[in-house]
Amino acid sequence: MSRDRIRFVLDGDIIELDDVDPTRTVLQFLREDLRRTGTKEGCAEGDCGACTVVVAELEGSGDDVRLRPVNSCIQFLATLDGKELITVESLNRGGAALHPVQRAMVDHHGSQCGFCTPGFVMSLFALYENQDAPSRREIDDALAGNLCRCTGYRPIIAAARSMYDEPGNGVTIAHPALLRAIAPEGRLSVSRDGRWFHAPETADELAELLAANPDATLLAGGTDVGLWVTKQFRKIDTIVYTGRVRELREISETPAQLEIGAAVSFTDAIPPIVGQYPGLDEMFRRFASPPIRNTGTLGGNVANGSPIGDSMPALMVIGATLVLRSASGTRAVTLEDFYHDYMVNDLRPGEFVAAIRIPKARPGDVVASYKWSKRFDQDISGVCTAYRLRLDGDKVAEVEIACGGMAATVKRAAHCESAIRGREWNETTVEKAMAALARDFNPISDMRATADVRLRTCQNLLKRFFLESRGDGPFSVYAYGR
Amino acid sequence: MDAKADPVIRAVGKALPHDSAHLHVTGQAAYTDDLPEPRDLLHLAVGMSAQPHARLKHIDLEAVLATDGVVDVCTADDIAGENNFGGIVHDDPILAPGEVQYVGQAVFSVAASSVDAARRAARKANIDYESLEAILDPREAVEKGSFVLPSETIERGDPDAALASAPHRLRRQTGTGGQDQFYLEGHVSMALPQEDGGMLVYSSTQHPDEVQMLVAAATRREAKDVVVICRRMGGAFGGKESQAALIACIAAVMTDKTGRPCKLRLDRDDDMIMTGKRHDFIIDYDVGFDDDGRILGIDFELASRCGMSADLSGPVNDRAMFHCDNAYYLENVRIRSHRCKTHTVSSTAFRGFGGPQGMFAIEHVIDEIARTLGKDPLAVRRTNFYGTTDRNVTHYQQTIEDNVIDDIVDQLETTSEYVSRRASIAEFNASNPVLRRGIALTPVKFGISFTATHLNQAAALVHVYKDGTVQLNHGGTEMGQGLYIKVAQIVADELQIDIDRIRITAADTSKVPNASATAASSGSDMNGRAAQAAARKIKTRLREFAARHFDVGEADVVFDNNRVDVGNKTIDFVELVQLAWFDRVSLSATGYYRTPKINYDRSTFSGRPFFYYAYGAAVSEVVVDTLTGEHRILRTDILHDCGDSLNPGIDLGQVEGGYVQGAGWLTSEEICWDETGRLTTHAPSTYKIPVCSDLAPDFRVTLLENARNKEQTIYRSKAVGEPPFMLGISVFHAIRDAIATDANPAPNLSAPATPESVLRAIEEAAP
Repeated sequence: MSRDRIRFVLDGDIIELDDVDPTRTVLQFLREDLRRTGTKEGCAEGDCGACTVVVAELEGSGDDVRLRPVNSCIQFLATLDGKELITVESLNRGGAALHPVQRAMVDHHGSQCGFCTPGFVMSLFALYENQDAPSRREIDDALAGNLCRCTGYRPIIAAARSMYDEPGNGVTIAHPALLRAIAPEGRLSVSRDGRWFHAPETADELAELLAANPDATLLAGGTDVGLWVTKQFRKIDTIVYTGRVRELREISETPAQLEIGAAVSFTDAIPPIVGQYPGLDEMFRRFASPPIRNTGTLGGNVANGSPIGDSMPALMVIGATLVLRSASGTRAVTLEDFYHDYMVNDLRPGEFVAAIRIPKARPGDVVASYKWSKRFDQDISGVCTAYRLRLDGDKVAEVEIACGGMAATVKRAAHCESAIRGREWNETTVEKAMAALARDFNPISDMRATADVRLRTCQNLLKRFFLESRGDGPFSVYAYGR
Repeated sequence: MDAKADPVIRAVGKALPHDSAHLHVTGQAAYTDDLPEPRDLLHLAVGMSAQPHARLKHIDLEAVLATDGVVDVCTADDIAGENNFGGIVHDDPILAPGEVQYVGQAVFSVAASSVDAARRAARKANIDYESLEAILDPREAVEKGSFVLPSETIERGDPDAALASAPHRLRRQTGTGGQDQFYLEGHVSMALPQEDGGMLVYSSTQHPDEVQMLVAAATRREAKDVVVICRRMGGAFGGKESQAALIACIAAVMTDKTGRPCKLRLDRDDDMIMTGKRHDFIIDYDVGFDDDGRILGIDFELASRCGMSADLSGPVNDRAMFHCDNAYYLENVRIRSHRCKTHTVSSTAFRGFGGPQGMFAIEHVIDEIARTLGKDPLAVRRTNFYGTTDRNVTHYQQTIEDNVIDDIVDQLETTSEYVSRRASIAEFNASNPVLRRGIALTPVKFGISFTATHLNQAAALVHVYKDGTVQLNHGGTEMGQGLYIKVAQIVADELQIDIDRIRITAADTSKVPNASATAASSGSDMNGRAAQAAARKIKTRLREFAARHFDVGEADVVFDNNRVDVGNKTIDFVELVQLAWFDRVSLSATGYYRTPKINYDRSTFSGRPFFYYAYGAAVSEVVVDTLTGEHRILRTDILHDCGDSLNPGIDLGQVEGGYVQGAGWLTSEEICWDETGRLTTHAPSTYKIPVCSDLAPDFRVTLLENARNKEQTIYRSKAVGEPPFMLGISVFHAIRDAIATDANPAPNLSAPATPESVLRAIEEAAP
C-alpha cells in the first residue's frame, strides 16, 4: 500500500498535504505557507538554532511521546509524516498565558533583541519536558545548538534553572491519540512537478527504489542534504528517505557487537556506543548539537564520508564494519576499506549503508577520541583523533590510530602505529611516534587551521593520549573546573 | 519647587523586563521579514562580484531573466538618482558601476515571485571581468600608499625625547582581528510604492534617517517623499548603522523599476560576505618606561583595514586614537593612524567603534612592560592610571573630571580575590605541566558622545490621548539593547503614570525627523532626555491648565502615581487630561536634546569630544591546555559603572553580553580571507561566536554602587552599550598569563587567541 500524501499534527489538528515539493523545508512551510513567523531563519544551515522547533513522535506502544528539538531550516517538510510539529506558537495555543519556559525567560531578562529567543524557548521546552533539575553541563549541552549574540547566556542559564518552578499554563502540547491515528502505514510517495519524495518502510522496498532510481538522493537526517538545497541550490529530483525504514531504525546487541541501523539518530546511537567506550564521551558530546544529533544519523555521517566527520576515527579504531545492502544482496566492509578518496567510497550504484557493526569493548583496551576545534561546542574539527591501545605488560600488543582533518579521508596513521606496536609504552616511544605522524599525514591549510599546527596538534593529542592512558589528567580544559 | 513637586520615582531604576520580552518568547515580536506581505510583493536576491578588483566588461543576465519566477533585474544603469549609499564620503556604490572592488560586491539585483527563485536566478549571471591589481592586506596598502582617507596624527609632549632617555624601551608589533557583528537577524528591507511618488521602507536599521536620505537620493526623490520605519532589529551591534542603507536602496530601486513592493532579505552567507565588519588593526609601538613600569614616552602606529570605501572608517579610526590611552596617562605620546584601502568589503561600525582596538593596543603595552620587568601587570596598570587632580588630561586635551577607575579596580581586586587567586594559580602551574591557569584584570574607560559633535542631538514625540494613555516616539531604534523600555520608564515617571499606559512605537522618520543613528552608546542619554523634555512640555501645559481651572498656584499641582493633587483635591490623571482637552490644551509635544559641554576641533584633535566617561573592570581566569591551545574561562568578575542605572536588569544584560562578545572577538571569532580576497568564514559553521558552554561556570557581575554620574545626564545614568565590550580584553591577557613561563615570559600571542594562535605562542617568544 502506497500513500500519496503526508500527514502530521500541528496544534491539535491533522495537517494533510498531497502536493509537496520534496525539498521544501519545514521553515519555509511555516514562514511562507502558513505565515507563522515566530520561527526564525538565522543561518539556514542548522548552526544557529533560531529556527528550532520540537518534533514529537510516539515512543513504544503506549501514550509516551518523545519530544526532540530539530532545526526546521534544513528539515524537509515531508519527513514530518506521521509526527507532530510543535512551534513556539504552540506553547500559547488559544491565547494561553506564558508557558513556564517563557515566563522564566521573561523574568530573567533572557531575551534582548529576541530574534534567537523562539529557538531558545523551544530547546528549553524540550529540556523542560525531558529532564528535571538539569546541571549546568546539561544546560550547556541542551543549548549547544542555539546562538545568542546579545545576552552572553547567563540569564538564559538562569531561566533554564528556574523554569521548573513556574506554574504551568494548561496547554496540551503533544497529542498521542492523534499521532496514533496518523501512524504511517506503507510506503509514502509524494511529489510536485515530477519531483519525488519516497519514504519506504522496509529495507527491501528501499533497495527496490534505489535499483529503480539509481540517481536518487538518499536522505537520512538531512543535516547535510539540507544544505545542498538551502546553500548550494542543488535541484534534487528524487529523494529516498531512510527515516521510516524499519530495519534501519533498529539497534540490536549480541554478546560480541552492537549493530546500529543506518537511520538511527546520533541521539539514540551515542549512549550504547559510549556505554561500551566511555573514552568517546567528550568527542560525542562535542559532536554537532542536540537538534543536529536528533536528526543526523551515524549511517549518514559514515556514508557521507567527509574527511572531517567526527565519528569515523573512533569507529575505525574500534573496528567497525559497515553492512552494505542493495537489491542484489548484502555485504560487509570494514570502515577503513570503505573510503577510497576525498568523498569517494565503496558504495555501488543502488547500494546503501544498512547498519554499522561495532565490536564490544574488550577488557584491557584503552580507547579514546579527541576533537580539536576553535569552539568546544558545535564546531567542525580542525583535527579529530582516535586511539585504541592494548598493552601486554609494558609492551604495546595492539594499537590503532585514526585521524580526521589530516587527509582527504579519515585515515589510519600507519607509520605512527608501527612506531608504537611492540614497543614499550613510554615517553621515548611516544616521541618517536609523534614524529612518525609527519610521515603519515600532509594536511592542508584552511580557515580551521594551518597545516603545521594541524600536524603539531595531532602529535600533541597522541601525547595527551599517552598521559591519560597512564592515569594522568584528564587534560581536556572542558573536564576541568566542573 | 517644594518637595511635594518632586514625586517618587516609580519606574526609573527598576529592573523591568524588556518591553517586548513577552513578544520575544512567544514568537509574536514582528521583525521586518515577519510583517504581512503585500499580495504583489517581489523577493530580491543580489548577484555578487566574484573578483576583488576588476572592470566589468559585460554583465550577461539572460539566464537570470530566463529563470522560472523571475520578473526583472537591476544593474547600476537602472539607478535613477545617485548610485551611492555612503553616508559621509559618497564612495559606496549601491550596484557596481563598471568596476568591482571586493568579492561579494553587489553587481545586480533580481526580482522574482519567491525568495528561492530569486536566489537561484542570482547565481546564473555570466559576468565578464577584466582583473585589476587587488590590494588585500592593510600592510600592503600602507606600503603602496593606498588609503581611503588621509592618515592622521595626535601628538602631545615630546615622545621622541622621552623614548630616547627612557631607562627601558620596547618595540613591538601586535594587532587585532576583524569581527562579524553576527546579529541573528540578517539584513532585510521591504520597500512599498506609495501614492503620488511616495515610498515607504521597512528597514532593519540603526539609522532610519540615513536610509531615508539615501533612498531619496538613489531614487530621485526628496526626503519628504520617503518614510522609513523600524520597530525593532534582531540585533545590530553597529552592523546596521551604515550598511542597512545598501539593502534598502537595492529594494527601493527595484520597487521603482517594477512598480511593485520589493523585499530583500540577505541569506546569512551573503550577509557576511557583502556587508562590513569590524576593522582589523595592525599595531606597532615603541614605548619607553621606568623601573616601575611607568610609561615615559610612547609612539603608536596604527593601520586598519578599511576595505574599499571610507564608510565610517574616519570616526572609527579617530575613536581608536582617542582610546589608545584607555585609563592611563600618556605624557609624551604620538599616535599615527592609517586608514588603509583594501579590495575587501568596507569595514564598518561594530560595538566600540575603534575603541576596542585602541584599548587593546595600550593594554598590550602594559602587559608587555609588566612581563619585561617581571611585575604583576595589575601593578603596572595602577602605576599608569590617570590621576584625579594631576596627570588627568588626555592626549586630546580633555580634562578627566569623573575618574573612578582606582575605586573600581580596588573594589574588584578585593571582591575577586585577585591576590590569593594569583598565588593559587602559581602553585597550580608549578605542579601541572599540561594544563596551565592564568588571570588578568583589565580596566575600561570609554568616552561617551559621538565624536562628530553635530550628531549629539535627539528628538522625541509624545502624544497624550483623551483616555489618559500615551504614545511615545523618538529617534532611537531598538536593537535589543532595551532603549525603548528605558525611555518609557523615563516618560512614565515624568508624567507619573503606570508604564503600561504608554505604548512604545516604532522608529519612524515621519514622526521624528533627522535623527542620528542609534549608536555611540548614546541612545538612552539622548532620546531619554528628549522624551523627558516632550513629556515635561505636556505636563507643564497640564499644570498651567490645572492651576487656572482649579484656581490654585502652579506649585500646588503635583503629579503623583496616576493622580494629580490640585491644592486640597486629588483627581485622576485621565480626568485632568479630559478637562484639559475640553479646554483646548494641546496634549502632544516634541522634545529636543543636545548634549551640552562638548566642543571639539577635529582639525587639531583637541577639545572635549566626550561629555563623560564610562568605567569598568574585569577579572578573568582561564585554564589553557598547552597541548592543544584550547582554553576555558573558569571565573569572571566584573564591576561596571552605569551611573545611577535607569534599569539595572537591562544594564546588567548589556554588561554581561558585551563582555562575552568582547571575549569572542579575542578568542574564537576569526575572520579569514583567502589569497584571492574571498572571505572563507561566512557562516556560523566556520565563524564561531561564543556559545552557552563558553560562559564561565563562575560568573559574577556587579554594577558599581553610588555611581551617580557627575554630569547631568538623564537621572544621572551612564551609557552602557559599548563600554562593557572591552571588558573582554581581560580574557586575552589571562590566556597570555597562563602560557607565560620563565623560559617564555612574554609569549607572542596574536589575536584572536584561537587554539592555533595559543599553540604558536607557547612555542614562540616575542620578536
